[in-house]
Amino acid sequence: MTDPAPEPEHEERPADPGPTPRVTPADAADAARLVSFGLQPKLAPARDAEYTELLRRYRDEPPFARLADAVATGLGLVVLEVSTRAGMALAAAEDSVFAVRMGDYARRAGADSADRFLHGLAHLACAAMAFPRPEDLADDGYIGRISVNGVDSFVRQACRRLEERAEADGENTDPATDAPGLEAAWRVYARRSATGATKDARRLAGSTTGIIAKAAAFLADSGFLQRTGDDAGGTYRTTARYQLQVRDMAGSAAMAELLELGVVPVSDGTASLLPPQDDDPDLVPDAGLPFHS
Amino acid sequence: MCVVTESATTTSTPPGTGAAAPSPAPGPAADEGLARRLRALACTAPLHDLDTRKANLAGEYRAYEMAELALAAIDLVTLQMDFDTGADHDQVVAKLLPRVAAQAPGRATAEHERVARWVLENMINVGSVDRGFRAVYGTFGPDGSYVRRDYDFKLVEEVPGPGGSVYLRTTDEAVNVLVGALDTDVTSAQIAAEVKLEVLISRGRLADAQLAAEQARYRTVQYAETLRRTLEATRRDVRAVDWLSAVPDMINEALDHVADRYRHENAILTNIRKARDEAAAERGPDHKRRAAELVDIVKDCIRRHTQLQSRLLEAGPLFRAEQDRQSFAPPAVRAGLDLHGQLLAPVLPLALSEASRVTDAFFARGTGLRTPGTVRLGDLTDLLLTPPAPREHLGAEMPEPDLVATPDDSRFSEEQFAAATELLELPPDAPRRLSGLLADARRRDPELPYLIALLAIHAASPPVGTAYRQGEQRLLFAVDDGEQLDDPEFGGADLIVGTALLDAAGMAADRTEAA
Repeated sequence: MTDPAPEPEHEERPADPGPTPRVTPADAADAARLVSFGLQPKLAPARDAEYTELLRRYRDEPPFARLADAVATGLGLVVLEVSTRAGMALAAAEDSVFAVRMGDYARRAGADSADRFLHGLAHLACAAMAFPRPEDLADDGYIGRISVNGVDSFVRQACRRLEERAEADGENTDPATDAPGLEAAWRVYARRSATGATKDARRLAGSTTGIIAKAAAFLADSGFLQRTGDDAGGTYRTTARYQLQVRDMAGSAAMAELLELGVVPVSDGTASLLPPQDDDPDLVPDAGLPFHS
Repeated sequence: MCVVTESATTTSTPPGTGAAAPSPAPGPAADEGLARRLRALACTAPLHDLDTRKANLAGEYRAYEMAELALAAIDLVTLQMDFDTGADHDQVVAKLLPRVAAQAPGRATAEHERVARWVLENMINVGSVDRGFRAVYGTFGPDGSYVRRDYDFKLVEEVPGPGGSVYLRTTDEAVNVLVGALDTDVTSAQIAAEVKLEVLISRGRLADAQLAAEQARYRTVQYAETLRRTLEATRRDVRAVDWLSAVPDMINEALDHVADRYRHENAILTNIRKARDEAAAERGPDHKRRAAELVDIVKDCIRRHTQLQSRLLEAGPLFRAEQDRQSFAPPAVRAGLDLHGQLLAPVLPLALSEASRVTDAFFARGTGLRTPGTVRLGDLTDLLLTPPAPREHLGAEMPEPDLVATPDDSRFSEEQFAAATELLELPPDAPRRLSGLLADARRRDPELPYLIALLAIHAASPPVGTAYRQGEQRLLFAVDDGEQLDDPEFGGADLIVGTALLDAAGMAADRTEAA
């Protein structure tokens, strides 16, 4: 656990061997009640007196806190933080009944490896846009704002740069026909249409904006984003829970996977959002070239 | 990808093939040129394909030249691509219609529209999930092995516009197919096109001049599009661009370019106007019309440059505001994970199968939790067996309106109106003077002449429009022929009052046609 807030308190106090108060069934019920509040991610602690009271108990009574943690663990949940701003922030452990599976999330994603990747990438890109700098992810008070079209054009831009770089290297970037798994990931995104007209004026589900809109709507349902408007395909702002989830769960998990693949991204603690400098010496003449052909 | 070294292919013969067989690969450099041409060729394939496939459509579509329509559609979309948005789908279809209609004048308008839509939708390639095209071609690798590759491209793509609408844009591939100038630098090509234009105009060859002007305009559009992309990218993230030198240089360069083009195009405009006005006398109306079209094209170029310039001027303040927000905040207490630099950016260049592992991991931990729904059999049976709650079809009951009788304060009674109407029932071939009508009325009722006079005055300006709409059979009218009215109670003109018969059936037919 990287989060400092509640931990130090209840790590220290149980150390004193005095007669610990017996846990009653009523306490267990309260602890379970707190976990059940945590399972309703859109519920704001400030709006519910009982929730606020249980959060106070968690903070003030270490035995109760340990009981609630135990209930959560037993249910297959990970406690990210318990505070008045985020409430009881819970994440589903792997293989937990509460975990979201890709196959349930999007039907096509189960069968098609390109769709599976695009849906996953949409979530990663939403997070990267919501917390563009490492400072933003670290700062508890930071509220990120994203829009569906903004995320799409951001990723498209990144793909375009890779295409330019590949061309500058003189590579033939067209993938080999019979090996879909070896195709560079950015090509899959760049190839997919950004949007499309449909007969019933809804968003084309298979387009990249459709996929990102689905991700954003899903995150809003998880209490991670709040919808603020309809401009630019839908605008959202982040919640404290999203920051915790990305910082403590998703980011590190994806990072571990990346390291396992032998890719070691440079991390010297300073801002690394800037792409390598030789990437864009001067954009105008280069970007003006027709992307051939 | 492997790095190709020249020596690897030229000095060593491929191990698999015998020394007797000539090397199958002429070397990657030559093959690269072939690949480029193959890709360029592939861009035209969807157009030829239209003409091949038109035979398969239900109906007789042989009369339509589909490739020509497709090129025209790409032209239309390119010309309507503005700085912010692209071309509207329906507008493109509407502008395409005259050309479709010209190809098959005998056919129904609905068919013309169907053809226009079919062509445009095929340029987008609506049927595929990527909404694009794919061509397969083969190249020899450095080791002499033959590799088949996929080339994916789009001609017309759909982009999101403001308010959730969808706009069309032509891709660079399409512009290249259209303009036919592959691999050229935008700036220099534009200058070349304009120099050519000036020369052409000074020599009076307007047909060629128009072609050159149109090419210059395509280049202008392409240039604006490039700058829009760059600005969009820099706006998104201040640190992603070199704000110290590269961006200001870029903006200055672009502003210089706009100023330069503006001066240039204004000079051209003056020249053509002169040519247009002088041309009329010597060379006939066709020449004049062509010059006028040229004026329009150059004006459009100038408009686009002005738009570009205002965008460029907005960029500076926007950068400074973003910089204030991002760079001058107090430093963070602890360093967090850099989602873009450490995750997103490294993932994109990976192979799909590897990148999926990372995104899967992020997805599994980043989506939060879902409480699975559990159903008890008892609840389910109850739920299924509960009859649906009856709906109120009729809504709430209307309250009985409380009506108050208004006092009848009209000047004339019903009987008087009936009498006046009877008196004014004149046969259409025998109009009467007002004086006679008044005298008749006075004999029946001393009040009646006032009503008759009133109705006669109204008839002086008969409600023709109302009669037309309601399909009246007859209409009362009054005409002043200059005769003075001699009456003890009234003064003025002695109107001639008569009845006009109206052609009700004809009017009804007119109305349905108009509708």
